[in-house]
Amino acid sequence: MYTVLTRRNAIGILMGIELVLNGAGLNFVAFSRFLEPSQTTSLLSGQVFTLFIIAIAAAEVAVALAIVLSLYSRMKTIDVDEFKKLHG
Amino acid sequence: MLHAPNLSCLPLTIGWANMKDIIFNVFLLLTVIPCFWVALSSNIVHAAFSLLITLFGVAGLYVLLGADFIGVVQVIVYIGGILILIIFGVMMTQRGKLLPLSIQLPGKLFAAVLTGVMLVALILTSTKSLWPVAFVLGEPQPTSAAIGDLLLGKYLIPFEVASVLLLVALVGAVLIVRRSVGGE
Repeated sequence: MYTVLTRRNAIGILMGIELVLNGAGLNFVAFSRFLEPSQTTSLLSGQVFTLFIIAIAAAEVAVALAIVLSLYSRMKTIDVDEFKKLHG
Repeated sequence: MLHAPNLSCLPLTIGWANMKDIIFNVFLLLTVIPCFWVALSSNIVHAAFSLLITLFGVAGLYVLLGADFIGVVQVIVYIGGILILIIFGVMMTQRGKLLPLSIQLPGKLFAAVLTGVMLVALILTSTKSLWPVAFVLGEPQPTSAAIGDLLLGKYLIPFEVASVLLLVALVGAVLIVRRSVGGE
């Protein structure tokens, strides 16, 4: 999360988001291993959630990189401090 | 049966008695140390490859937690897909001279304080709350068939929604790049 907040490079921020998502997925798998299943969850529910997190992260990285690359072709930089003007 | 988890199962404090502890601690360090390098390095390519090491460490921890299918999927999809995309992005947007990559000091201080507060909150939440801990941990089983059963049984709707999401992301990514490259 520190990466998301301090990086100026847009792809650096994306890498921070990947770290956060991985941490959450690891949490889910740990819950699946050590906690008892309840009425609504089964023994492997945490692993299914982690699978969905991986899929969602893949979709999000694809779209985020498309945005970053189109910004780069527009403004020749991906320094997020330069993106101050919201012109169309 | 709810009870607070005992803190003697903290990593790195157990006696390094058996091989499983050693491997667990190795993967833990492999995961945590490159995170600092991702956050603080001034070279974006170093950060991308530290992310690679981190993701390998997380995959190892998944396997140690009994999630063998998820560990392999992590390596294939996360490292072999997402990280490759990130490295493509890093390589295509370098301008030769590497820009200074972090913001100035007041912003960094605020970010560090915020992250520290969240870390403390997470640690307090996870150690002080009551979890329904299973007292008898089963042996790790092969999980692929069971995950398949769950995905097509109980979690069918999220499965289908995730596939639609991936389709939308695919089309959207192509559309965004086409409009910027071909349009104006």
